[in-house]
Amino acid sequence: MTAAERLKDAIMAAGVAALLALPLIGFETVDTGGPLGIKTRFDYIAYAAIAVFLGRLGMRIALDWRRNYRESLADKLDPVDAVKHKSVLSDLGRKADKWLMPALIGFAIIMPFLPFANRTVIDLGTVVLIYVMLGWGLNIVVGLAGLLDLGYVAFYAVGAYTFALLSMHFGFGFWETLPLAGLLAATFGVVLGFPVLRLRGDYLAIVTLGFGEIIRVILLNWQPVTGGPAGISGIPRPSFFGFPFAADPPEGTTSFHQLFGLEFASLHRIIFLYYLILALALITNIFTMRIRKLPVGRAWEALREDEIACTALGINPTNTKLTAFAIGAMFGGFAGSFFAARQGFISPESFSFIESAVILAIVVLGGMGSQAGIVLAAAFLTLLPEVAREFSLFRMLAFGAAMVLIMVWRPQGLLAHREPTMRLHPAGTKPGGGTP
Amino acid sequence: MEYFLQQLINGLTLGAVYALIAIGYTMVYGIIGMINFAHGEIYMIGAFIAVITFSILGIVGITWVPLALLIVLIVSMIITGLYGWTVERIAYRPLRGSFRLAPLISAIGMSIFLQNYVQIAQGAKIKPLQPMIRGGIELMKGETFSVTISYLQMIIMAMTLALMIGFSYLISATPLGRAQRACEQDRMMASLLGVNADRTISLTFVLGAVLAAVAGVMVSLYYGVVDFYIGFLAGLKAFTAAVLGGIGSLPGAMLGGLLIGLIEAFWSAYFSIEYKDVAVFTILVVVLIFRPTGLLGRPEVEKV
Amino acid sequence: MTQPLLRVEHLTMRFGGLIAVNDVSFDAHEGQITAVIGPNGAGKTTVFNCIAGFYKPTVGRLTLTRNATPYLLERMPGNDIAGKARVARTFQNIRLFPKMTVLENLIVAQHNKLMRASGFTLLGLFGWPGYGKAEAEAVDLARYWLDRTNLTDVADEVAGSLPYGGQRRLEIARAMCTEPVLLCLDEPAAGLNPRESADLNTLLRFIRDEHKTGVLLIEHDMSVVMQISDHVIVLDYGRKIADGTPDVVRNDPKVIAAYLGEPEDSAAVQGVV
Ligand SMILES: Nc1ncnc2c1ncn2[C@@H]1O[C@H](COP(=O)(O)OP(=O)(O)O)[C@@H](O)[C@H]1O
Ligand SMILES: [Mg+2]
Repeated sequence: MTAAERLKDAIMAAGVAALLALPLIGFETVDTGGPLGIKTRFDYIAYAAIAVFLGRLGMRIALDWRRNYRESLADKLDPVDAVKHKSVLSDLGRKADKWLMPALIGFAIIMPFLPFANRTVIDLGTVVLIYVMLGWGLNIVVGLAGLLDLGYVAFYAVGAYTFALLSMHFGFGFWETLPLAGLLAATFGVVLGFPVLRLRGDYLAIVTLGFGEIIRVILLNWQPVTGGPAGISGIPRPSFFGFPFAADPPEGTTSFHQLFGLEFASLHRIIFLYYLILALALITNIFTMRIRKLPVGRAWEALREDEIACTALGINPTNTKLTAFAIGAMFGGFAGSFFAARQGFISPESFSFIESAVILAIVVLGGMGSQAGIVLAAAFLTLLPEVAREFSLFRMLAFGAAMVLIMVWRPQGLLAHREPTMRLHPAGTKPGGGTP
Repeated sequence: MEYFLQQLINGLTLGAVYALIAIGYTMVYGIIGMINFAHGEIYMIGAFIAVITFSILGIVGITWVPLALLIVLIVSMIITGLYGWTVERIAYRPLRGSFRLAPLISAIGMSIFLQNYVQIAQGAKIKPLQPMIRGGIELMKGETFSVTISYLQMIIMAMTLALMIGFSYLISATPLGRAQRACEQDRMMASLLGVNADRTISLTFVLGAVLAAVAGVMVSLYYGVVDFYIGFLAGLKAFTAAVLGGIGSLPGAMLGGLLIGLIEAFWSAYFSIEYKDVAVFTILVVVLIFRPTGLLGRPEVEKV
Repeated sequence: MTQPLLRVEHLTMRFGGLIAVNDVSFDAHEGQITAVIGPNGAGKTTVFNCIAGFYKPTVGRLTLTRNATPYLLERMPGNDIAGKARVARTFQNIRLFPKMTVLENLIVAQHNKLMRASGFTLLGLFGWPGYGKAEAEAVDLARYWLDRTNLTDVADEVAGSLPYGGQRRLEIARAMCTEPVLLCLDEPAAGLNPRESADLNTLLRFIRDEHKTGVLLIEHDMSVVMQISDHVIVLDYGRKIADGTPDVVRNDPKVIAAYLGEPEDSAAVQGVV
């Protein structure tokens, strides 16, 4: 593109931006009691147009520069090497499974003891880990089996409410309730999945979205059980395998700090919760890594690639999808239990569609099927709003824009790399010859 | 009986609005096979532009209702159409030919962006609109209850009907409609035969947005309030309507819209208003189980 | 006379007003290659789709006899036709799992067997040794077919990166890994060069002679059909117009007439005559 063309293109873009901004930014409605009043902000339109002009020009220049760079690279290298140079990120994706995951896990384990780890940091780490776990859970459904679930948060909610109700009304402890909550969420998955999983993928998306809404509406309106919009509070906190985290434990029980002869500190529970979710998340990860190498896991991936071919090989598509759906739901339920136990309070507000969107975004941005990519995406998407807290108004705006831009820039996700589940020739050896 | 008739009228009005939005979903799905998740937000923007334009007109003193309505419709249709065009250019076109989920994620991002953009630009408070078109016709007088159809309801239904007829003509008999149907069947072949596929797709988005704008104008008048959140649920229901009618089918979207409107109205009237959305989605699931292609969708057998 | 491997009786398939297959009956036998030929649009692929359960026939009975047990294919869902009756197929437009490796494609083909061995996943999750053994056997079977199809060297490449001929062979190998009694091949030689085509003939003969698998073959290349098939069925406009040994069929005036509409193919027929 010549400079003149670029300029023309940028001017057009600025013009469109000005037109778009005219009614919604140029005029502001103000409440006057009666009919709405109007304030004008035409200067903002000019800012918007200028910003778009510069942005568009910059983007054009960058794109042209990148193309030239690639062409020059292609001239210099033979085609095979050029493919290897394609992208730093895809290279990273290839290495991610080898060293990035162990590094991340190692960091997560020692994090609470690092000098900067105060209460806020550990709490934040816990939140990130909840999303990592949810991302890994949904990854089974979306990343491996290729089923688009837009209502994943429903299973998270089922887990949370099951936990809250069982532990409050029946006095179940954390460790008894956790499997029950997962089981119930999985049952919901089966009940919902059975009729709809034979449908086309897009219908599945809308039905799951609707299901998420239904669950939310029920939570909001079934007052006697769910507490309605106010939710449920006073959910018992998890204890350390029967030893509560309390300054003065009730008569006849030993509290955590007494057990280990420590000074009581409220931080203990925070750290315990952090390790609890870390363990749950790691279980999800190990489970996924293992099941990928089992027939059912391979069948999920094969279904994602070609359902008709799968049927022709004797695979029952509905049942296979159902297992993915149910297992994904189960992990959602586990995460929900943890969430309820940690917060001590839940309400329908925590289970709105935007949560489903965030979890889905984590899976897809991370690179479908890439476990390490999901960790990075979860950290990015949960920390971004925290970092941008001063601009809290612009948080979700940036979030939405980031989703669009990352998709446009890298539709396959940040770290897209699929590691084969088995090899005929051990890695590193070239078939038909010696080692390279 | 009177009560029933009244609900029928209310349901049809609501259904007309859903149908207008649903067409946007169904057309886009038909031509590029994606769920334009941000379409509900486009409708919300149409409604906001309507409120803003009405307010400006009120301040400048143009209060003669037909003129004001005409101006608002035109302004809202143009700008909302431009929003539809821009969204496609930015968020979907670069992803054409990418894997199936990519445009959908991008659309969800776009939806979040637009919702917050409007919230930031116009505030989170509900925007009221002074009622402009009052009164109606009393159709039937019962002992306790009388059935009325308001002028506004009549306008909404007439307008929807006119748009639907015009639209069916557009799709069936104009070069644009032909290009659109050609792209729907085989985009590659259509391009080879000289159809400008990019332009056709862009126009599809613009048309969908224009209809959503009309729906937005109508709703802002009908309910008299607008806020930045109305797009989500309306979009969801309109999409449900499109699927119910058979996605990709225009008459299907119209039928689906009306049905969803009726279900919602009757459920609210006879059962519980809280669970009306549950009813809508439950019926969607039931229909999909027994008729996976929707009511008017053509069964689609993949050739191998 | 024993039951044929596959007996097709009065098969009819309509799509709205179009009758794609019209009252077609034929048999296919174990250890034989049965070719289905006919001009484009004659209904060959549709017959395959009915056999494989992808379409439910409008009318007709499809009986597959395996180990003296009859399976009524028209009543079975597609995955059972593959899994229980053991009918495997390939597609006219190749359908591999393109992002999975060649080896993985062959292991997915042994899904049902491995699923049982993994205790429907439960035992497998906890590393039950029986599963490891079953998996090793599955890899052995895969290796066997990789060797036969000359794909061993590329076993760890993703399937989508193979050249066209390799993908065709992989699709056959994958079908064979389901250990079928009937193998349905939809135009397997389409797009192959003469060398690859000759190799394919060898492979098909091997499958027929060594494994006693019945092969049902849709093919356009007359020379291939005449050389390797034991039995030829000719379809035209959805109807069967001839049925018999290659010699009988090639001299059938109706077949020659059907192919005269298509100069290339008629030349091919006459070339062989
Ligand atoms: N799913 C379908 N829907 C409608 N028509 C079909 C379908 N599948 C095949 N046909 C029609 O059936 C006829 C036979 O097709 P096919 O079996 O593919 O022919 P062949 O494989 O012999 O070339 C063709 O006219 C084709 O268009
Ligand atoms: Mg064919």
